Amino acid sequence: MAMSAGEIEALIRAALPDAQVTIEDLRGDGDHYAATVVSAAFRGKSRVQQHQMVYAALQGRMGGTLHALALQTSPPQD
Amino acid sequence: MSNPVFERIQADITENPVVLYMKGTAMFPQCGFSARVVQILMHMGVKFKGVNVLEDPGLRDGIKQFTNWPTIPQLYVKGEFVGGCDIVTEMFQSGELESLLTEKGVEFKPAAA
Repeated sequence: MAMSAGEIEALIRAALPDAQVTIEDLRGDGDHYAATVVSAAFRGKSRVQQHQMVYAALQGRMGGTLHALALQTSPPQD
Repeated sequence: MSNPVFERIQADITENPVVLYMKGTAMFPQCGFSARVVQILMHMGVKFKGVNVLEDPGLRDGIKQFTNWPTIPQLYVKGEFVGGCDIVTEMFQSGELESLLTEKGVEFKPAAA
């Protein structure tokens, strides 16, 4: 019941190809991660919508296989 | 809408200005993420109705479908989904949560300067 950071990143990139994804394994147990996702696709979306896009990318694993993923999302700053 | 769980959620978030779907109770949260949101609301002096999803498996799954959000806790203000633990924490730190509550006319005790 765990996922590697690489798997998480790959799923997010598959849905949001331009995304800059930074993943930190908080406890080193493959079960508690913090991710920062920056993508132009987030522009004009609310935070709730941005997170929903990432959860959709994870195809139902969030809350299941993936117990804890602290998420921070934003469009690129410039 | 004939789903009884959805009807119950809709009634709860319509009748109560602030509703937190959480694991455990406000006095005894049973998950760190739920505990964090409770702490923020208590710190801000916001009165809220806590709904313990662990007492009701139907509700635990139902609220995830209702909101299209895969995790608990979930905070509702005036019938609108605000976010889970990460978003609420971010909004609290940036002062957006205070603005939102003010805008929605929810009573709270503004943090001492």
